Amino acid sequence: MERPARAPIAHALVIGAGIAGMQAALDIANSGYPVTLVEKLPSIGGRMAQLSETFPTLDCAQCILTPRTVEVGRHPNIHLITYAEVEDIQGEPGHFRARIRRRAAGVRWDICTGCGACIEKCPTRVPSDFDMGLGRRKAIYTLSPQAVPNKPVIDKEHCRYFTQGKCRVCEKVCPTGAIAYDQEDELLEIEAGAIILATGYELYDVTRLGEYGAGQVPDVISGLAFERLLSASGPTAGKIRRPSDGREPKEVVFVQCAGSRDPEKAMPYCSTICCMYTAKHAMLYRHRVPDGQAYVFYIDIRTAGRRYEEFLQRAVEEDRVLYLRGKVSRIFRDGEKVVVWGADTLSGQQVEIAADMVVLATAIVPRPETRRLAEMLGIEVDAHGFLREANPNLAPVSTCRPGVFIAGTAVGPRDIPETVAQASAAAAKVLSLFARWQLEPEVEYAGQS
Amino acid sequence: MRYFYFPGCTLETKAVGFNRSAKEAAGALGVELVTLPEWNCCGATFPLSTDNVLDLAGPARNLVSTAEAGGDTLAVACATCFNVLRRTNHFLRKHPDTLEKLNAFLERPQPYAGQVEVRHLLDIFVHDVGLEAIRRRAVPGLGGLRVAAYYGCMLLRPADEIALDDPERPGIMDALLAALGAEVVDYPHRGECCGAYLTVKSPEASMPMSYRILSAAGRAGAQVLATACPLCQFNLDWLQARLRQQYASYQPLPVMYFTQLMGLAFGLDPAGYGFEQHYVDPRPALAQAGVLGGIRSP
Ligand SMILES: Cc1cc2nc3c(=O)[nH]c(=O)nc-3n(C[C@H](O)[C@H](O)[C@H](O)COP(=O)(O)OP(=O)(O)OC[C@H]3O[C@@H](n4cnc5c(N)ncnc54)[C@H](O)[C@@H]3O)c2cc1C
Ligand code: SF4
Ligand code: SF4
Ligand code: SF4
Ligand code: SF4
Repeated sequence: MERPARAPIAHALVIGAGIAGMQAALDIANSGYPVTLVEKLPSIGGRMAQLSETFPTLDCAQCILTPRTVEVGRHPNIHLITYAEVEDIQGEPGHFRARIRRRAAGVRWDICTGCGACIEKCPTRVPSDFDMGLGRRKAIYTLSPQAVPNKPVIDKEHCRYFTQGKCRVCEKVCPTGAIAYDQEDELLEIEAGAIILATGYELYDVTRLGEYGAGQVPDVISGLAFERLLSASGPTAGKIRRPSDGREPKEVVFVQCAGSRDPEKAMPYCSTICCMYTAKHAMLYRHRVPDGQAYVFYIDIRTAGRRYEEFLQRAVEEDRVLYLRGKVSRIFRDGEKVVVWGADTLSGQQVEIAADMVVLATAIVPRPETRRLAEMLGIEVDAHGFLREANPNLAPVSTCRPGVFIAGTAVGPRDIPETVAQASAAAAKVLSLFARWQLEPEVEYAGQS
Repeated sequence: MRYFYFPGCTLETKAVGFNRSAKEAAGALGVELVTLPEWNCCGATFPLSTDNVLDLAGPARNLVSTAEAGGDTLAVACATCFNVLRRTNHFLRKHPDTLEKLNAFLERPQPYAGQVEVRHLLDIFVHDVGLEAIRRRAVPGLGGLRVAAYYGCMLLRPADEIALDDPERPGIMDALLAALGAEVVDYPHRGECCGAYLTVKSPEASMPMSYRILSAAGRAGAQVLATACPLCQFNLDWLQARLRQQYASYQPLPVMYFTQLMGLAFGLDPAGYGFEQHYVDPRPALAQAGVLGGIRSP
């Protein structure tokens, strides 16, 4: 390998702007170094922006997240590029070059004021991914009213102008002339000395859970969809309404480990956070629907975190959530009910519950594109596609490649506190590299983990 | 298309209507089923202790005979025989040591190497003939007869060994019936156990299991229920007299073999299909749906 002629570049590239990527970017930026933060979606925050309240404190997720997203959006040292993906990375530690494709938003963000007039008047409605299909958004949209940046993009697959050649309503109503249907993708090249990957997670595809209705029963939803029902800014404004007929469900069954801990058919590992968020869901459901009954099916309950067990006990004792130890074998629709068959292994009995709604705690799985990025960077992923640490004990945020670090749920299932701690650790690793380069700019880069 | 065919004991003796309709329906689709020379009983259950090689010898002998006759496929109609034969084959492929012992025991000129594929007729019809060809041949068709496809255990499990369909959401029989012009009804218990052999010893245990399946299919609007297993057929059919006593509002539901419905859809003569042997006679429901009229000879 030829030795780079120039001094290493003290500029970080962070890929993924969930809570992990944001935290890492802020830590580096607050230390005075420039950061480029690339996010695939139109705005930042990741999954945390979809959550209602967070365990174990029941903080409003949006309220604790918004100050962070705003800070990232305004930070002089953070160059935020949303609606963009990293296409290619070349070079060496200290001298990476990344090619970033910023998708055409159809809106000139440089002159858009974020007034929202276009969104209000757009006649096209489509199911919203952000609301997990439970709500609808317009063809020109932002992910949420608190979006950072608060600038819309046009969904070309559904926009009438792009599909049928007429409409242009948004163009007519925009006071600044920001709509630009013919905008093209933009290619940007940036140089960075170090990279942090924080591309987050997906949920196990419910259509692969045939025994739980394979996504065909409308009132069987994922935990993330339930977060949207609980969220004050969600499609039901925080009221618990079941998708099929909009009625308030009086009996709700929560099924833990859906797709987790199932080496034969699904993922073999424990997704670590779902015992806790299920307790949270059942508790919040009981607060919203005091005459409702919540059942939780579990294999065993894993509450290994500070104040987590106490949180669970509160759900059981104060909120009278009924925990049943056993697995659910079948979920199917019977008229207006969703029937759940399961076992209660403590009483040794089979249980049948004719419920109104079922919430599946589906497994946390890596995003498929994380694997592609890892290949591009020459770092490893595990058998499932989670990023692999250089050493799981002693180098949990480093990778086999110097200068490339990892954080958050892209490395494995974890909750927000652990994600944030890891992100700060990855940022510290980057900062220690930068500090060294500053002291001895002429030294050849030597691996550090 | 030509396949060696394993009829099995039940289809040769009790479920003759299944046997006959299977062969005729296959013939109508250009599938020739050649009965395997000197076939023997499959054993009726896959041995629970596979360390006893002798238990595997019975089903394995049929696989060996197929290979010796120059066949690469053994077609089976009975879901239970299919299950036993396919699992035996799978087991032998995975356990070369057992296969070796068995070959030594059978003392045939050519040792068996696991080369035969055991396939169910549903698989052959849907994947070799194809749904489009079946749709074209389905004159007069089933005229929108509302059918509940019932798979039971044997066609589906264990999933990795049988590999015919998704045990949690099977659809292959539904697809075939739809191609025949039936209106397949959606109900949740397609792959639920009917009670199987429990009927012999403790019908009070199998009755609720069968009731669950039949009543759900009935509520979904089915006029008949289709199966590929003589034991399921017997259970679901025979128990209905008791179900009528036990549950006041229970409406009987004829239980037919899917091949009988194929024969009818193709306009074949159902004279030998044994409808008169069913406990719940399917003919009134078929006549009501206009499916018994317009019959041509094969
Ligand atoms: C139902 C549910 C409830 C939960 N409740 C809680 C709770 O109460 N408390 C708690 O502590 N935790 C909770 N969690 C866990 C919490 O969601 C995660 O710990 C946290 O959101 C992880 O953040 P992250 O940044 O690692 O990933 P993400 O939030 O997934 O962020 C990753 C970001 O990277 C972007 N990205 C992905 N690929 C690319 C790419 N190729 N290029 C650019 N950008 C990309 C994504 O768009 C996303 O914005 C819950 C999880 C679920 C499923
Ligand atoms: S042009 Fe497209 S985005 Fe604009 S208002 Fe019409 S449908 Fe909506
Ligand atoms: S109307 Fe124009 S300025 Fe207002 S949000 Fe839409 S694009 Fe931006
Ligand atoms: S955290 Fe709990 S619900 Fe989630 S996979 Fe582990 S044991 Fe199951
Ligand atoms: S206290 Fe220790 S042993 Fe007990 S559940 Fe928690 S982690 Fe497990």
